[in-house]
Amino acid sequence: MHMVSCASLSTKQMQIKNEIHIINLTFPQRHETFRHSTTGNETIARSATQKQKTTHNRSKGMSEPFEIKADTALWASLDMDVERFKNVPPTLTQAFTSIFLSQQNRPEKMAYFDEMISNIFSGRIQEMVDAKAEGRPVIGTFCVYVPEEIVHAANGVCVGLCGGSPGSIPDAEKILPRNICPMVKSAFGFKVGKICPFFQVVDIVYGETTCDAKKKTWELLNDYVPTHVMEIPQMKRERDKQLWVEEVIDFKSAIEKQCDKVISNADLQNSITVLNGKRQALQRLNGLRHHTPSPISGRDMLLIQQIAFYDEPERFTEQVHLLCDELDARIKAGNAIAPAETPRIMISGTPMALPNWKLHNIIENSGAVVVNEESCIGTRYYKDTIDTDGANMTAMLERLTERYMKIDCSCFTPNDDRIDQVIREYRASGAQGIIDYTLQFCHSYNIEAVKLRRACEKEGIPFMAIESDYSPEDVGQLQTRVEAFLEQIQG
Amino acid sequence: MTVLGLDLGSRAIKLAALHKGRLVAATSAESGFEPHRQAEAMIAPYQPARIAATGYGRHLAQKHFAEKVITEIKAHALGARHHVSACQTILDVGGQDSKVISLDTRGQVSQFQMNDKCAAGTGRFLEIMAASLGYDLPEFAAAAATSEQSVPINSMCAVFAESEVVSLRNRGFAPADIARAIHLAIAERLVGMLERIGLRGEVVFSGGVARNPFLAKILQEKLGRPLHIPPTPEITGALGAALFLEATL
Ligand code: SF4
Ligand code: SF4
Repeated sequence: MHMVSCASLSTKQMQIKNEIHIINLTFPQRHETFRHSTTGNETIARSATQKQKTTHNRSKGMSEPFEIKADTALWASLDMDVERFKNVPPTLTQAFTSIFLSQQNRPEKMAYFDEMISNIFSGRIQEMVDAKAEGRPVIGTFCVYVPEEIVHAANGVCVGLCGGSPGSIPDAEKILPRNICPMVKSAFGFKVGKICPFFQVVDIVYGETTCDAKKKTWELLNDYVPTHVMEIPQMKRERDKQLWVEEVIDFKSAIEKQCDKVISNADLQNSITVLNGKRQALQRLNGLRHHTPSPISGRDMLLIQQIAFYDEPERFTEQVHLLCDELDARIKAGNAIAPAETPRIMISGTPMALPNWKLHNIIENSGAVVVNEESCIGTRYYKDTIDTDGANMTAMLERLTERYMKIDCSCFTPNDDRIDQVIREYRASGAQGIIDYTLQFCHSYNIEAVKLRRACEKEGIPFMAIESDYSPEDVGQLQTRVEAFLEQIQG
Repeated sequence: MTVLGLDLGSRAIKLAALHKGRLVAATSAESGFEPHRQAEAMIAPYQPARIAATGYGRHLAQKHFAEKVITEIKAHALGARHHVSACQTILDVGGQDSKVISLDTRGQVSQFQMNDKCAAGTGRFLEIMAASLGYDLPEFAAAAATSEQSVPINSMCAVFAESEVVSLRNRGFAPADIARAIHLAIAERLVGMLERIGLRGEVVFSGGVARNPFLAKILQEKLGRPLHIPPTPEITGALGAALFLEATL
């Protein structure tokens, strides 16, 4: 029978059969809320023990099953809807285990990042609670245009709040229109439903005027958490730069006020150095990752770039370098995550916020490897650093603004720099095709995909644009598209 | 040995049987609740055979009986080129989705677009519209062909179009005129998809909806060029899968 010839099936094709796990976090609707009563003392006691727990030493050898930790007392102290939220860690544990921990031959130094995921709703939150207790406010942001160097210089904690889960969208849709970007809905729903500890821990949120969905949502979000807005212009002319510098200065004053600290020249100089260091570490990592065959999977890279938005910068930088050292050694030893002939795909487009692993999972389960993310949770976050020449505060703020002006979000017009950047990254990453990812209803990226397609056609680069949201419904269709694109690349 | 290609769609399973490179049989059946069992029943008469699968259920088929899988895109490319060797553009309109595929001169896929999120522009939409006018599918196309009247249809959303049909009927428009308007609206949409991807070379129109003669006629008029319609247009994907497997033997 023909089954004999099945032996010739490539492992790649066997992988395709793997079921695609999609994270469909469910947040049961709120019924009679039952809360754990927490006494103040308990919270303090926990706080002390938690501190030790966050030292991220994974004991080698003992393979405890991975678990995303819960801390109901901590959540209750943050006024969360504990009953609803407590289902999240088990669901996420399952998704994470099947998507990440099932990979073969992962770099060992991924252990730290796994630990960061394990502590995402407990240890890391506790650290932020502790920071607040020490008088360091937590500032939530939604966009890579908001200068985190300034928050760092004021001794505040900066955390990215973009939402990547379908679970909070029904909460948002009770208030917001349905036909807007899922990232905005997910984030807003987290706050409205009190089902995100990060949202609960922030003192203020700093929004910006990039896209309409966000800009108008801030007006509503302000009812739930103090929401400030920084104006980001839509063009990059000299007069826009003037406005931008002024906005940065206003941002600095607002942060200084919130943190009750005047930022000195030395503070800012230091913070610029720290965050430049973080961005350089990510640049180094992405550079190593571009090696063919890939020393690390696309999903692991996405994960690290997502963690960059909530980890403590200096610790994160150190860990990224440790991982880089390992990847260096792996490359020298010819130790790859996938064989050299594995098709290499680059992603461009809108950010993929935690826990949005949908597309990477589909692509890598279809037998390809993702080798670059031209995205805000990707290269847009770290491709540029700040010129440290600035001698005084004014000069430093101007250098800082110049760096932020290099970010090439599709909210700007014209935005041809981005097109060139995409092509550059394509070449640098050794990719064989680009999948452009637009979150549903994100008009600016969706429209910019037209120009990107034209540019790719001109350069002979295989290009496919997809539009998707967080729901699991289109997984089958996306799988077909991705597989057809891989067939196209492989001829 | 016979080589079988199966296209497991969300609504129907199509089978193409090749013997020494020639299409010897083509069948189709509803997918049902257990598509792989349905498919196994379809395969049974041709055993022993070598089998390739495509379509929505291709991975399921691979688990059970298929030795190779390819996507619908590649399968349609191969199937369409088998009919028309100079084909460079494919319009496939099936029950649940429609797609346009652009091929280079060698027949390799260079670009494709799929409409699979909304019913408009699919066989399902035509069925709903026909039913709301009290026609079956052949009657629906035939009635449309008799009309010369223009009726404005605003909505191409399956949900809204149905109520629009009701209101047009209430306003006294003849069912044949409404049928024509619906066909025109769908054709408009399909032409839009084709123009977006760029028309090149010979154009093959496949999928079950290609059996609708009125739609084919107005599409040709709008595009200003002939459409090649395979004799059994709904098995184009299944045929492509079989051809793919045969080429690897
Ligand atoms: S895509 Fe644009 S608006 Fe969104 S985070 Fe990035 S820079 Fe900000
Ligand atoms: S993805 Fe687009 S629509 Fe969504 S928040 Fe970012 S810029 Fe706005």
